[in-house]
Amino acid sequence: MEFLSYFGNVFEPVSFMLLLGGTIGGLILGATPGLSPTMAVALLIPFTFHLAPHQGLILLGAAYTSTIAGGAVSAILLNIPGAPANIATALDGHEMAKRGEGAKALHLSFMSSAVGGVIGVLLLIFLTPVLAKWALAFGPSHLFWIAILGVTVIGTLDSKSFVKGLLSGCIGLWLSMIGYDDIQGVQRFIFADALTGGINIIAALIGLFAIPQVLEMLSKGRALADIDVITVRQQSLTASFREMISNMKALSIGTITGSIIGIIPGVGGQIAGLVAYDQTKKFSSNSHKFGTGHPEGVIAAESANNAMVGPSLIPLLTLSIPGSPTAAVLLGGLLIHGIFPGPDLFQNHAAVAWTFIDSMLIGQFLMVIFGIYIANLAAKIAQVPRSILAAGVFILAVFGAYSVQQSMGDVHVMIALGVGMFFLEKFGFSAAPLVLGLILGPIAESNFLQGNLIAGAQDGPAIYFLTGTLNLVLISLVILSVLFAFWSTKKANAALAKSEQGGSA
Amino acid sequence: MKKILAILTMSVALVTASMVSAGDYPERPIGVAVSYGAGGATDFQARIVTMVAGNKDMLGQPIYIINKPGAGGRVGWNWFASEAEKDGYTMSAYNVPHFIAQSIKGGVKYTADSFEPIANWGADPAVVVVGKDSKFNTMQELVAWAKANPGKLTLSGAGLFVGHHIAALQIEKAAGVKMVYIPTKGGGAAAMKAVIAGDVLAGVNNLSDAFRAQKAGSVKILGVADLERNKKFLPDVPTLKEAGLDVDNASVNFRGLMVPKGTPKAIIDKLSAQVPVMFAHKRVAKRMKAGGSPMKIMNRKEVQAMWAKRKTTLTELLKGL
Repeated sequence: MEFLSYFGNVFEPVSFMLLLGGTIGGLILGATPGLSPTMAVALLIPFTFHLAPHQGLILLGAAYTSTIAGGAVSAILLNIPGAPANIATALDGHEMAKRGEGAKALHLSFMSSAVGGVIGVLLLIFLTPVLAKWALAFGPSHLFWIAILGVTVIGTLDSKSFVKGLLSGCIGLWLSMIGYDDIQGVQRFIFADALTGGINIIAALIGLFAIPQVLEMLSKGRALADIDVITVRQQSLTASFREMISNMKALSIGTITGSIIGIIPGVGGQIAGLVAYDQTKKFSSNSHKFGTGHPEGVIAAESANNAMVGPSLIPLLTLSIPGSPTAAVLLGGLLIHGIFPGPDLFQNHAAVAWTFIDSMLIGQFLMVIFGIYIANLAAKIAQVPRSILAAGVFILAVFGAYSVQQSMGDVHVMIALGVGMFFLEKFGFSAAPLVLGLILGPIAESNFLQGNLIAGAQDGPAIYFLTGTLNLVLISLVILSVLFAFWSTKKANAALAKSEQGGSA
Repeated sequence: MKKILAILTMSVALVTASMVSAGDYPERPIGVAVSYGAGGATDFQARIVTMVAGNKDMLGQPIYIINKPGAGGRVGWNWFASEAEKDGYTMSAYNVPHFIAQSIKGGVKYTADSFEPIANWGADPAVVVVGKDSKFNTMQELVAWAKANPGKLTLSGAGLFVGHHIAALQIEKAAGVKMVYIPTKGGGAAAMKAVIAGDVLAGVNNLSDAFRAQKAGSVKILGVADLERNKKFLPDVPTLKEAGLDVDNASVNFRGLMVPKGTPKAIIDKLSAQVPVMFAHKRVAKRMKAGGSPMKIMNRKEVQAMWAKRKTTLTELLKGL
């Protein structure tokens, strides 16, 4: 209970102002496409040079949590996920916004973010020593199987057709191979200079989600008759809160999945939202409603991606291993003040460490308050005339893709992928499985190659990849996931056939 | 017509180039391209060593960082060699031996001659690390085991043709053993995680990161791939030479600033006079020390000599690969 005694530090005037500023600034940065949490934290590091260590960390921690939550704003209202964490949020959130329920979607997303976030931080406070060992348990073979587990999700994720989902996933896997391969040292599919470093995931996200939508809006033209007026419904907070509580199942699955996946170094943040979304869909009695603007989808995705934040810091704080790019930047923020994370961090720098963690807890509440305030204003975006919105989204997309690494090449990649996706969508393919392929490809591939190298020096790949408790557990999960997908499609088809029969009779 | 145009453009270019005198340079902020992502060691150190650039007695203009990560640094340096303006307002951070080794292996748009060094700020030697419960306690034990079990010793490092890989190659050559070098995608941190978690038997990593991991009690450091011991951070760890391996400092990760070839000489002269002074600022030194980042300030002449020497050693070492 040591952490309780450091809450006072958070409420010092300067610290609290920083927390407030970091939260509001983070929400705005997060809502800006292309400014990922990693970027936001990196941009703030120079400011912490002039602050006391605990103040600097409060600023960075607040920015980390609120940029992830802020990413939901552009994901829901504009269908541009600001970071991989927000992909799953866009799937149902944007559909809700199109119906005029943007305010409700944003309320749900901020509230469930806070629930997930608080639980994630509590895990960080109470279970750090236990979970630190867990983080180390994942070697290349396990990470490979986790990536494969992710691949099994591809077919069922946001697609009308299982086969088309898998095909989209394959295109994503292929796109992920472009660039210089760091493990075998070969160049693959580099037919333009901009591709040397591979396809940047943020640029790809923006292109695949935003551009088809821009083209869609433009193709409808300016004829007034074609513009359907969306009434933006006001949403009372209590109604949103009740809605969230009534979806307890989605909230708990999201939070638990997010916390578990968050701990695994190198995988966590990118796929927590998507895996939670898929799990919730599988366990939901309304699984056919997912992808059509179903609140459960938003709740699961957002609670997962914020639940991931606390646990993702565990390997960093106890073992000095940054488990995600954002954690690596935070490590920089610690080092600059001469603080070396490690098992004795909580003894040597108790005040700094606990104040930081406490501020993340309080930051969650501030995030909800300001997030909801922004939500009510921002939801009106749905009323903007299509032609203007299309232009606005396009400008944001170009700006976002460029700002990732100041490169016009990324903008070209973004536009090319977007135009390609526009035509693919005409044939019933969808962006989410494609993006998942793009994210999982490098994880699966690099861990397989590394595992193979290690296995070669040990007892061969069969023993390395197929034995050991953790490997076996993960393999059974993979098999279960595939079987479940077949079973649920079969059930859905049967139900469909039955209702069609009923209709014709 | 084309010829006349070409002559015209060339003369215009010449006139503008000669008009750039160092007198009023710099008039606006200077960008530094870093070929690695935000938060990495190079990025982090580049931000620290340039933080006092805006002071009146330094460059008088602030320096900002542009991250151009990808393909182990190739993306950033390709861009810098082919597209960066040669007006002194775009500098880049270099990592030796990385970019020299990459240019020897080919497939990139630069060689060591595409760039003009300004000054060096840091030198991070490679060290050999093993997990805290490892059976190896000295370099000799590790090499003896590797000799008894050829092709069985797994060694993690940050990637291909970076300092860690060079050190691994040198150790293999010096000891005459075959080991398995495992490059990771997530840089030095992922390579360190592989050692701590026991995914690999040993690893090559940065001295600064290994020092931290040792303090956290997760690794043992067996040897430093440098000409002398590191007195500040690891006075008790022997060099690989002391451990009986003929390994020099070719794998030491030197970091510094450079400009593209073709930048006006007056500007290069001004920068190479001012930048080392900026690196030596006491606030910079304090931050670098706090972060556990070893500093080594070298002027332009010294860096030129170091680059030339690396080029020879690395060409020799990478010949067979």
